[in-house]
Amino acid sequence: MSEISKLNSSCSELDLDRPNLEDYLPTGSIQQPHGKLRLRDLLDISPTLTEAAGAIVDDSFTRCFKSIPPEPWNWNVYLFPLWCLGVVVRYGILFPVRVLVLTIGWIIFLLCYIPVHLLLKGHDKLRKKLERCLVELICCFFVASWTGVVKYHGPRPSMRPKQVFVSNHTSMIDFIVLEQMTPFAVIMQKHPGWVGLLQSTILESVGCIWFNRSEAKDREIVTRKLREHVEGADNNPLLIFPEGTCVNNHYTVMFKKGAFELNCTVCPIAIKYNKIFVDAFWNSRKQSFTMHLLQLMTSWAVVCDVWYLEPQNLKPGETPIEFAERVRDIISVRAGLKKVPWDGYLKYSRPSPKHREQKYAKHCLIYLVLHLSW
Amino acid sequence: MGNASSTLTQYDIEEVQEHCNNLFSQQEIVSLYQRFCQLDRNAKGFISADEFLSVPEFAMNPLSQRLLKMVDGLNFKEFVAFLSAFSAKASMPQKIELIFKVYDTDRNGKVTFNDILDVLRDLSGTFMSDKQREEVLSQVLQEAGYTRESSLLLDDFVKILDKPGLKMEVEVPVD
Repeated sequence: MSEISKLNSSCSELDLDRPNLEDYLPTGSIQQPHGKLRLRDLLDISPTLTEAAGAIVDDSFTRCFKSIPPEPWNWNVYLFPLWCLGVVVRYGILFPVRVLVLTIGWIIFLLCYIPVHLLLKGHDKLRKKLERCLVELICCFFVASWTGVVKYHGPRPSMRPKQVFVSNHTSMIDFIVLEQMTPFAVIMQKHPGWVGLLQSTILESVGCIWFNRSEAKDREIVTRKLREHVEGADNNPLLIFPEGTCVNNHYTVMFKKGAFELNCTVCPIAIKYNKIFVDAFWNSRKQSFTMHLLQLMTSWAVVCDVWYLEPQNLKPGETPIEFAERVRDIISVRAGLKKVPWDGYLKYSRPSPKHREQKYAKHCLIYLVLHLSW
Repeated sequence: MGNASSTLTQYDIEEVQEHCNNLFSQQEIVSLYQRFCQLDRNAKGFISADEFLSVPEFAMNPLSQRLLKMVDGLNFKEFVAFLSAFSAKASMPQKIELIFKVYDTDRNGKVTFNDILDVLRDLSGTFMSDKQREEVLSQVLQEAGYTRESSLLLDDFVKILDKPGLKMEVEVPVD
């Protein structure tokens, strides 16, 4: 488009600091406008207003975090008593049994873990091995406590250096479901309460990295820790949830590129929960993790599929962001999730001014191109 | 309607429908209510500016601040009335009136050269200088028979903008 070069020359006369319009426009987005710029074209802000109103009425970002309730099936004279019986069984029989199972599991775990941790201080390799087994054990107990029916597909992850595992994220139980099969090290947001306590004591032994979403400086420290972990041959394979937040298992939000610029193989894992008995989405705005676990423990079962997918490497000429998108595509297709072009962190903060600049560029080009084509 | 209930009665729906001149169907009003309750996090009966801005698609819109002044604190009935300008059944003058209101921030019924410049600035950001904007606007106004000192009224807007190509419609998703 010769207009762009005319535009750039007129821009350079006026202000050298002006951002380069071409950088912000996707190629071929503006068709060559015909004719002169008229007052009605200038005053017509209807497309922008329509977009704003469209966002007010429905937007793809909020949809990712909506818990979609299942259709009630019990409103009928035959099914309602059955459902009531089900409630009695679930809360009166299953729940206490599960709490018992979980308590026994914890007792066994602590009885083995504490001695191992304290007495085998000198024999690190053996200690780590035992601790890994014990963590896997307690995760099995957790999964049993919600009657987790997990089907694993694909080859089990192997302990090799220079590889990370990435997965879509629906709830903190994703970690437990995966951990019962393989002792992953994980990178997690530091939580308060009993979860935080577990994080700092037991998960330390499988090797975990903490971060704090609200701290901006944290990013560099975390990137460094990630790199160090991946380089170490002895460390457990690292599991990362690149979405950065829990999504409702119908959509995937954009993956953060941190996991994809570590110079190592990325092994995608896809998790899809079956909502037949309970919705495993942890809506952290609506319930605490404890309530979420209680909800799972008073339902019939948690059914899910886990697919271990083919390891991927950065292709020549591919940027980490493109790599992240490609892996997100693989996971979304496998788990039947729709992709949305939003950053999960927008749940916690407003979009930065940079995001608006693409919209500005489009408007300016229309005005200036029409203006200059006289 | 109440401010804490999350169900609408038939009376409520009809009241809202009347208030928006039947531009939305009853099903659309129910959908809009679900959306309203979703955005109004603590069931206050209105959506605050912050809650509107939590929708990234809205926050990123160049005209979001102007629209925010018009929708901030509206109750459900007024919310629907505001959105009714975007219904497919709304008349062209009604849509143009909304556009006029976006330009006319001081509500004096007149849109001046500076008002239009302000909107242009919102839309073009740092990509154009004030001088470039003034240049483009002056020339275009002159072309259309106005001057820098002219104030445009709603009738002028209707005259200028009422063309078959103007489309300002939003579809309300109905389950």
